[in-house]
Amino acid sequence: MKEQMMKKNQKNSKKGFLFLGLVIVGTVLTSILVPEKSPLILQTSFDYFKQMAMVFPAILILMGLFNVWVSKEFVMSHLGESSGVKGIAVAFFLGAIPTGPIFVAFPMAQALLKKGASYTNIVIFLSAWACIKIPQELMELQFMGVKFMLARLGMTIVFITIMGMIINKLMSMEK
Amino acid sequence: MKTVILINGLVIISLIISFSKDKMKTKKSLMIALKTLGKIAPSILSVILLIGIMYGLFADKIALFFGQENGVIGFVTIALFGSVIHMPALLAFPLAGSFLAEGASISSVAAFITTLTMIGIVTLPLEIKTMGKKFAIYRNLISFAIALIIAVLMGVIL
Repeated sequence: MKEQMMKKNQKNSKKGFLFLGLVIVGTVLTSILVPEKSPLILQTSFDYFKQMAMVFPAILILMGLFNVWVSKEFVMSHLGESSGVKGIAVAFFLGAIPTGPIFVAFPMAQALLKKGASYTNIVIFLSAWACIKIPQELMELQFMGVKFMLARLGMTIVFITIMGMIINKLMSMEK
Repeated sequence: MKTVILINGLVIISLIISFSKDKMKTKKSLMIALKTLGKIAPSILSVILLIGIMYGLFADKIALFFGQENGVIGFVTIALFGSVIHMPALLAFPLAGSFLAEGASISSVAAFITTLTMIGIVTLPLEIKTMGKKFAIYRNLISFAIALIIAVLMGVIL
């Protein structure tokens, strides 16, 4: 059993490296085919890399500490199946705290799921992380106006919650 | 920048508290962090490069899409475009604001912003790796539908 898991893990990480290899080849090819875009591509990737590097180690360590110190019961009671409206509020709050780009949220969501958070709240957490970040809302307020920002924010909150419930149903159906 | 300092400070303090309470547990948590890093590092690097490629190739085409806006097809194209490209909010909102000022419809601008933030085609490999294929596909597909609904409603009420 354990051996099988190890093999699966190895296979998975091989796939990850294979994919990375393909993307690197793609980047090089793009730079050859459209050399005038190459500086912008590299600059953008580098900016994202910097943004990630500044918070990612901290978030990984936080996740490790979370894994060791926070009990399953605690997560289940605050974000689990029976956490109700309180769980939804906690998920929105955790997601909206200004932290970093969405790709650092995935390992955190994975850790929460393993500790017993419901799919509803995981979806809310990820979606809130992606589109209800506090600095992002301020940018929207400044450039799009108060009506636009409030209307979109209100609808996003409602629809994200509904989506969380739908995905929860879908995931539990297939188990 | 402030948030970066805040997060890192918070984690360092947590780490010190954890270490003073239980050395073994703290060691274990650092091992977990390291293992996770090893597992997802290739996916993260791929995602970062993909973001760069998509942005580099298509960023200057955005105005084009908004320029020749034509009915449902134009609207869906903009939404698809927002799903594929990745852009920091610092750039996205001024850009979206300028389209609105130049006469783009509220719905299309809302569709662009909502898909841009909510859906990540380029982050999909990482999402699949951490959350599983089914979950990732459900979330992105339903998010796309939701983004379209929100955008249409925005156009109706504003």
